Amino acid sequence: MKKIIIREEFCLGCRLCEVHCATAHSESKNIIKTFKSVQGRPLSALVFEEQGYTTFALQCRHCKDAPCIESCLTSAMYKDKHGTVLHDSEKCVGCWMCIMACPFGVIKPDLKEKKVGSKCDFCTGREKPACVEHCPNQAILLKEI
Amino acid sequence: MRHVIIGYSVAAISAIKSIREIDKTSEITVLTNESSVYSRPLISYFLAGKVKKDKLSFIPETFEKEMKITVKWNTAVVKINPAAKTVITSKKEKLKYDRLLISTGGTPIKPPIAGYADDIAGIFTFVKLDEVEKLIKYIEKNKIKECVILGAGLIGMKAAEGLLARKIKLRIVEMADRLLANTFDSAASLLLEEKLKESGSEFLKETTIKKIISKSKKLEALELSSGKTLKTGLLIMAVGVRPDIELAKGTELKVNRGLVVNKNMETNIPGIYAAGDAAEGKDFLSGENAVIAIWPVAARQGSVAGFNMAGKKAEYDGMFPMNSVTILGVPSISFGLTNPKAGAYQVLLSNEGGKYKKIVLKDGIIVGVVLVNAIERAGIFGLLIKQKLDVSALKKQLLFDDFGFLVLPKDFRKHFVTGEGTEV
Ligand SMILES: Cc1cc2nc3c(=O)[nH]c(=O)nc-3n(C[C@H](O)[C@H](O)[C@H](O)COP(=O)(O)OP(=O)(O)OC[C@H]3O[C@@H](n4cnc5c(N)ncnc54)[C@H](O)[C@@H]3O)c2cc1C
Repeated sequence: MKKIIIREEFCLGCRLCEVHCATAHSESKNIIKTFKSVQGRPLSALVFEEQGYTTFALQCRHCKDAPCIESCLTSAMYKDKHGTVLHDSEKCVGCWMCIMACPFGVIKPDLKEKKVGSKCDFCTGREKPACVEHCPNQAILLKEI
Repeated sequence: MRHVIIGYSVAAISAIKSIREIDKTSEITVLTNESSVYSRPLISYFLAGKVKKDKLSFIPETFEKEMKITVKWNTAVVKINPAAKTVITSKKEKLKYDRLLISTGGTPIKPPIAGYADDIAGIFTFVKLDEVEKLIKYIEKNKIKECVILGAGLIGMKAAEGLLARKIKLRIVEMADRLLANTFDSAASLLLEEKLKESGSEFLKETTIKKIISKSKKLEALELSSGKTLKTGLLIMAVGVRPDIELAKGTELKVNRGLVVNKNMETNIPGIYAAGDAAEGKDFLSGENAVIAIWPVAARQGSVAGFNMAGKKAEYDGMFPMNSVTILGVPSISFGLTNPKAGAYQVLLSNEGGKYKKIVLKDGIIVGVVLVNAIERAGIFGLLIKQKLDVSALKKQLLFDDFGFLVLPKDFRKHFVTGEGTEV
C-alpha cells in the first residue's frame, strides 16, 4: 500500500498542500472559485502544523487498526478494499468519537453541520494525492510501504 | 468448533469479525433478547428525531449472510451450564458450545425510591430501543412539555439532548454538585449549566428524589430531598448502568462488578469469554480490572475475545475511560482521571472565552484531560496518555490553541507521525 511520507525538514511552510487539498475536495476543483466561495480559508483535509519556523502538513495515516473506525458509533467511518479510511457523511451524526479517538488529531469537526467536516480520503480517484502532487519541495512524498 | 455468543451488539459484532478473520467455517450462533441490531448511543438521536429507526444499525444488512452466522432474535439465554457446555434459552432450547462469549452489556440501575413500581406510567429508563420507542409514544400521546431526569451522568445528559430537541423543558435532579460529575469539575459544568438555563431548563443539584407520587398507576409528582415537590408527567431514571451479569448466578464464573477476565478476555472458566459493558477487563491507568462501559472498549474487547475464541492468541492491553458528549451545542471530550483526589497530581487549567481545558498530570505524565468547546485534535491527548510521555517541560504548550505534534519532542513526533521505516 502507498503511504504519504512527511519530511518536516523539507517543508517550506508555503501551504500549497492545503490550498490544493481544499481545491481538490471542492465542487468546482478550481482554486479561485474554491477560495472565493467561502469566508476565510476553505477547509482542507489535512492539518497544517506551524510553530515558529517549523512547519509540516499532516494527513490521515490510514491506520491499519484505525481507532476512529473502532470508535465510530454509526459505522460512518470505514475502510475500503485498498485500506483507505473513508468517511460516509450520510451516516455521520457528529458524535465526535472519531475526534476523540484519532491519535493524530487529523479529523476536523464541522461543529455547525454536526458532521465530520473533512477527512483525508487519500484523493481516491486521483493518481496522486493533491498535496503530494503540488508540494514544491518534496516535503510530502508518496511511497510504497 | 461451535461458537455461541450471548448478546448482539458492538462487542459481539467485533468478536464475530475477528473469528471470521481466522476461521471461515466454524458454526457461530448468536442469541439476543432484542429484535434488531442498533447502536445504543444513537437512541438519543432517535428520540430527537435526528436518526430514523432504519438507520440505527451499524452493520450492513448483509452482515449475517457474509459472516455466515445464525442469529436467534428475541431469544434470551436463561442459563449457562459450564459443566455440560450448554446454554438454555427462553424458548427452552439447549445449545452446545465449545467457545462461549458473554456480551450481555449493561442494564439500567433502578434506585430504590419510595413509591416506585415497575408499572407506573410515565417512568422510563434510557438504555434500550424498545424503551425509547415507548417513551416517544408516551410523549406524543400525552403531549408532554416538561420532564424530570434523575441523574446528570452520561446517560441522563444523552436523554436531555434528545428531549431538548423535542422542545421539552427539563428539570435535572442530581445528587452531585455538578453535571457529568464523573468527568467534569464545577467550572466545566458551569458552561453547560448556563446553556441549560438559556433553554428554560433547571438543574437541581445536591438533590435526590425521596418519593414518587402516582395516582391510578400514573406518575403525578416527585418529592425531593430538598422538601420541594415537582409536579410532572414524565420521569427518566438515568442513574447509571451496571454490568448485566445475571447469567453468572449459579455458576462458578468469577464476578466482581462485572465478569472478571484475563488479558485474553477469557473468564475463570476456560472456553467462556466476556467482553464489553458486562466485562471487567484491564484499566490501563490503574492496571487493575475495572468496568469501563464505553463503545470503543466494547469493540476492542470483543475483537480480542473473538481472536482467542478462534484460536489466535491476542491480548487486550487495557484502555481508559474516555467520552465525547455534546449538549446544547457544547461539545466536550474527556479522557482518563479527570477529578483526581488532592495529592500527587498537578492540574493545568485554561478557561477563556468559553473554551475550557483541563489537564491532569501525575509525575509529569498526563493521566486525565477535559476539553469543553475546544475538542479539535483531542485525540492527541489520548495518545500522550497511552504513551506515557513525560510532558513536564511542555506544560504551557499543552494548553496552546494550536497545540499539535510540533510542540512535542521531535523523536516522539517522528516515531508517531510517519510510522515504521519513515521519517518526519
Ligand atoms: C443512551 C446511551 C448513550 C451512550 N453513548 C455513548 C457514547 O457516546 N460513547 C460511548 O463510547 N459509549 C456510549 N454508550 C455506551 C455504549 O453504548 C456501550 O458501551 C456499548 O453499547 C456496550 O456494548 P456491549 O456489546 O458490551 O453491550 P450492549 O450494547 O449493552 O448490548 C448487549 C446486548 O445483549 C443483550 N442481552 C443481555 N442479556 C441477554 C441474555 N441473557 N440473552 C440474550 N441477549 C441478552 C442485550 O439486550 C443487548 O442487546 C451509551 C450508552 C447509552 C445507553
